[in-house]
Amino acid sequence: MEKKRNAGFETWLMHIFLVSTAIIVLYPIFMMVMSGFKTNAEIFGSPFAMPKSFNLDNYAVIWNTTDVPRYLINSTIVTVISVIVLLITGTMAAYAISRYKFRGSIMVSLFFLAGLMLPLRLAIIPLFVQLKAMGLVDNLMGLIMIYTAMSLPSTVFILTGFLRSLPSELEDSARVDGASELRIMVQIMVPLITPAMVIAGIYNAVPIWNDFFFPLIFIQTPENRTLAQGLTSFFGEYSVNFGVLYAGLTLAALPVVAVFILQSKRFIAGMTAGAIK
Amino acid sequence: MDDSEYTRAKRRRARNLKLWLAFLLAPPAAILIIFVFLPMASAVVYSLYDWNGLVRKEFIGLDNFADILFNPNKNVILFNAFGNNVKVFVTLMIVQNGIALVLALLLARNPRGFRFYQVVFFLPVILSTVIIGFQWKMFLNPIFGLVNKALHYAGLSEWALPWLGLPETALPSMLLVNSWHWFGFPTLVFLAAIHRIPKDFIEAARLDGASEWRIAREIIWPLIAPAVTIIVVLTFIGSFNWFEIPYIMNGLEGSPQGSTDMLGLLFYRTAFGSVSAGGSDFGSGSALAVLMFIFIFIFSIIATKYLTSREVEMS
Repeated sequence: MEKKRNAGFETWLMHIFLVSTAIIVLYPIFMMVMSGFKTNAEIFGSPFAMPKSFNLDNYAVIWNTTDVPRYLINSTIVTVISVIVLLITGTMAAYAISRYKFRGSIMVSLFFLAGLMLPLRLAIIPLFVQLKAMGLVDNLMGLIMIYTAMSLPSTVFILTGFLRSLPSELEDSARVDGASELRIMVQIMVPLITPAMVIAGIYNAVPIWNDFFFPLIFIQTPENRTLAQGLTSFFGEYSVNFGVLYAGLTLAALPVVAVFILQSKRFIAGMTAGAIK
Repeated sequence: MDDSEYTRAKRRRARNLKLWLAFLLAPPAAILIIFVFLPMASAVVYSLYDWNGLVRKEFIGLDNFADILFNPNKNVILFNAFGNNVKVFVTLMIVQNGIALVLALLLARNPRGFRFYQVVFFLPVILSTVIIGFQWKMFLNPIFGLVNKALHYAGLSEWALPWLGLPETALPSMLLVNSWHWFGFPTLVFLAAIHRIPKDFIEAARLDGASEWRIAREIIWPLIAPAVTIIVVLTFIGSFNWFEIPYIMNGLEGSPQGSTDMLGLLFYRTAFGSVSAGGSDFGSGSALAVLMFIFIFIFSIIATKYLTSREVEMS
């Protein structure tokens, strides 16, 4: 009897703790979205009230008078191309390491894994000099190459694990039938690891989309800014118009949040993939 | 098929296989060498030279290192930033990862709304640090910010401080924002580790009448040691590379009064120039980067070794 009441109390405590944490997370996000529909007067006068109307005036200001749409396009270009190049080259490396026995294969896999340990931002100075010489400064292509290189080790790591677990019977029988190595890889093996490719893709796409550090250093002209970086200049221009600022933040958060809500299981699996053995 | 024809075919196949492997490995290896390994190695070389802006001058050995470590005008700033990074690491370990562990233990009991909590707790993790930094900078605005407005409405006007403007409250505020941003990540990593513990371990203990606290301490804690190792190392690397939140919320100079200065900000100022550091200095900047790298690397190795030694096998 005593014990049961105790358990009930503990359960209550647990629910209170979980619910308050959820509120602490959701309420600020909710306030950000709501404030995006408000005028400055509303934000200062009645900060916690619901907006008087859900008009899109603040969004219209962003869409018509700022470069934010341009930043959105640039971020999309950079993220999509980086992830495509990354998955192609990452799969190539992981496939060679995991499906063939050859001399030095351990060295090769260590070479790719060593990249996991190197924080590239500490090499930003030589990288800057090098990219300048290659004509890749202030160029989206430069960002794409950096992100691809930075993300290759984790991609190879994730994909190698999956590829190793596949049985070799399929491959062997196709080989007996005279299929080329390329065909075996592209038509038989790669389709089997698409779930792993999605995980590796998400694991790297989110930090690439959100990155602010590399564009801060490598991108100069406004037309080439990415979203995360562009927000900083947008904040400089509209520093007195809180409604527009909140709307800008909401707009910037929208694409990732929408994909996350639709694919939360894959997102969580993907983003924790590097930390879970 | 006679013998020589057979060996020739075999050799041809081996050669084709070599070409095929080279075709698979060369592009990713080239990207990695050009954009990661080469710049990392160059950073070491750069740190040994005297620089004038973008122009490399003569070889000066370890003078850049001596300058940033022992020049009394500069090392005050370095040690202040380093001390702040240590504060960041310790606070995040306790606040961010501590809360995460509690939440993971609660979620492991499969409460109603499990899926909902999982998604909600992870939501800030996927948002850009830039968005979160600006959002909270606006919330913490001394006059118009929601935090102080809420305090006024609650009748606690004397608590309404200029949070980011005072040396005592600026860093703690940023650390709370960072914890808000990231706590979902360690939570779900810990949770995944707890889920991998065989159910009967915990059930048996519960049947024996062990308290939840004892189960957490004596069964779950030792068995999730690998996840703890990873989170400690990731938190350490994150803390000593901390840049985005302080940069966005209080700028490059670590204001007020250096209370939010970090190695990452100092590195940026040294390398690319700023109001306080003057023009860009590639030599000192590279030396600082090399020092940071060595420090982070050595700590990560020691921590992994030490923490791995307390890991137990599950079967």
